[in-house]
Amino acid sequence: MTTAAETRSYAAQLTRDTLIEMYRFMVVSRRLDERAWALHRQGKIAFHISAIGHEACQVAAAYAINRGVDYVFPYYRDLTLALALGSAPQDFLLGAFGKATDPYSGGRQMPSHFSSRALNIVSGSSSVATQIPHAAGAAFAIKYRLQRGLQAPDDATQPRLALTCIGEGSTSQGEWYEAMNWAGVHRLPFICLVQNNYYAISVPYDQQSALPNVADRAPAFGVHGVVFDGNDVLASYDALRAAVERAYRGEGATLAEAKTYRPVPHSSDDDDRSYRTREEVEEWKRKDPILRFGSTLMERGLLRQDDLNAIDAQARAEVDAALRDTLAAPDPAPEDALGAVYATEDTP
Amino acid sequence: MTEMTLIQAITAAMDEELARDERVFITGEDVGVRGGVFRATMGLIEKYGPQRVVDSPLAELSIVGIGIGAAVVGLRPICEIQFADYIFPAFNQIVGEAARFYYRSNGVWHVPLVIRAPYGGGVGGGLYHSQSVEAFFAHVPGLKVVIPSTPHDAKGLLKAAVRDPNPVLFFEAKKGYRSIRGDVPDGEYLVPIGPARIAREGDDLTVYAYGMMAHYATIAADMVREQDGIHAEVVDLRTLLPLDRETVLASYRKTGKALIVYEDNLTGGFGAEIAALLAEHAFEHMDGPIRRLAGPDVPGVPFAHSMQEFFMPNPEKIAHAIRDLAAY
Repeated sequence: MTTAAETRSYAAQLTRDTLIEMYRFMVVSRRLDERAWALHRQGKIAFHISAIGHEACQVAAAYAINRGVDYVFPYYRDLTLALALGSAPQDFLLGAFGKATDPYSGGRQMPSHFSSRALNIVSGSSSVATQIPHAAGAAFAIKYRLQRGLQAPDDATQPRLALTCIGEGSTSQGEWYEAMNWAGVHRLPFICLVQNNYYAISVPYDQQSALPNVADRAPAFGVHGVVFDGNDVLASYDALRAAVERAYRGEGATLAEAKTYRPVPHSSDDDDRSYRTREEVEEWKRKDPILRFGSTLMERGLLRQDDLNAIDAQARAEVDAALRDTLAAPDPAPEDALGAVYATEDTP
Repeated sequence: MTEMTLIQAITAAMDEELARDERVFITGEDVGVRGGVFRATMGLIEKYGPQRVVDSPLAELSIVGIGIGAAVVGLRPICEIQFADYIFPAFNQIVGEAARFYYRSNGVWHVPLVIRAPYGGGVGGGLYHSQSVEAFFAHVPGLKVVIPSTPHDAKGLLKAAVRDPNPVLFFEAKKGYRSIRGDVPDGEYLVPIGPARIAREGDDLTVYAYGMMAHYATIAADMVREQDGIHAEVVDLRTLLPLDRETVLASYRKTGKALIVYEDNLTGGFGAEIAALLAEHAFEHMDGPIRRLAGPDVPGVPFAHSMQEFFMPNPEKIAHAIRDLAAY
């Protein structure tokens, strides 16, 4: 198990511009997410599943890997990750409205099922944990290509690892155990980022596992384990960048556990008042990752309050514009339901 | 031409595809130095090495799940499930994931994956080494389901499956691995996935079957031709999904009588789909009851020889059913 102190140096190497860019993605994600909640309450979209509270570890994950090149197998709560990898706010909204031009699925999947071949974001289902073996399989393919000489070791234009994200509830699934086992047996360039927000819908973490940390199970798979504060961008980046370096060096997989919290219900169909106190939620809101990272940037003298305000205003304008364009986009034709069942051509 | 057994043809197909395409690899339980429990991958690890013939952990879900992940990013996995009976831990990966990947990404991500599994009874395997599982998967759009009955077709169809851009389930009649022999062309050839094959021509009635039962149906058709002068046409479906509806319907329009043979349980088996197709699209050609000869509706093929033989259709039972239907 790695502690944060051993890896502290990576975040220190991030430039001012990069730090601000990361902050900006977090704010855009939050404003977009809040807009989706509002659109749902207005009856304009049928469903929303939120990334609020998870922005820090997600933006750190995007910047720790080779963004848009390394394979990513996200889960439905990865809005900030998807945006930071290069997916546009409008892409998310087109999916939320089930538009024909939804780039993730053409209006077939529920919202937040991110997918982009150009960004190597691989399509996932709604069944939790199913994407973990796919990510391990992609990592297996990378190792295979390296061993067979089909890919040069240091070619940064090619994927060099596979990252998957899950909630802690997914670590109760057989998919997780089997995929982690493959990752260990084959020393795969693989990172499993568990965003442990302590609740799988309503079921608390102590009903998922008898262990205090998900990552305590890393030795059982023969992979590296690390636990970090998932609401702290810099701590998350340190831990995840170390995992990336290990993967790139051929030193195998990492089970990375971000401790975080979801201060909103599981989805637009959930009511979290039935399973946790308002006091608990309020306490976590004080640890909000955006407030914390904004304060850090101000303490370091990188940004002033005016700058934060300007970033916020810009994010709101960006979301407004994306929504305008989305509303003008066409719905799928009914018979579009019949298309793309079988691939006819093999694309390498 | 070279005479081969069914399993030799399957091994030859994998050997040629491994040699042809560096992206092809095999994984499954005991596929490495053991060469598979049925010896389907015998000699391949020696020829292609442990990177391309990979012994998996004993875990079917991830044999398929890892295969899906490797396939979507560009490799061409051949996953072996040791017995079709053990495919169920991977059911969600096959039905929920592999089958839906292309559709759910609106044609962006496809899954060029082959899943091989020996199926069927009559080998003393009891409940858990005898199952026929095709009906579960033939129900699922996005999958292809192939079940060959001759070495010629097994080799050509498996090579076509490896090159197919979609997930293909390739079920192999384990009872026929060594008992079914036939000529296989020397050199490269493919058998396309989809078209059925007229295994025997005839105009008195049509027998529809696949896999081991197609092999038995041809034996039965030869018996009744010689002994009774009944000319039974045998349609070897070869591919259940997508089904060759044209060939299925054309034969029935000629004969007006159908016997559908499968070794799965009778109810909800693939024969029901053939029967529905004939009733819906060739009703005016109907010249007798559409009949199904299948396994009884019990939860498995029993182990004891007497009960196993009671369960299994065989050439004699098929011949009897042909005579009965021909006399109707």
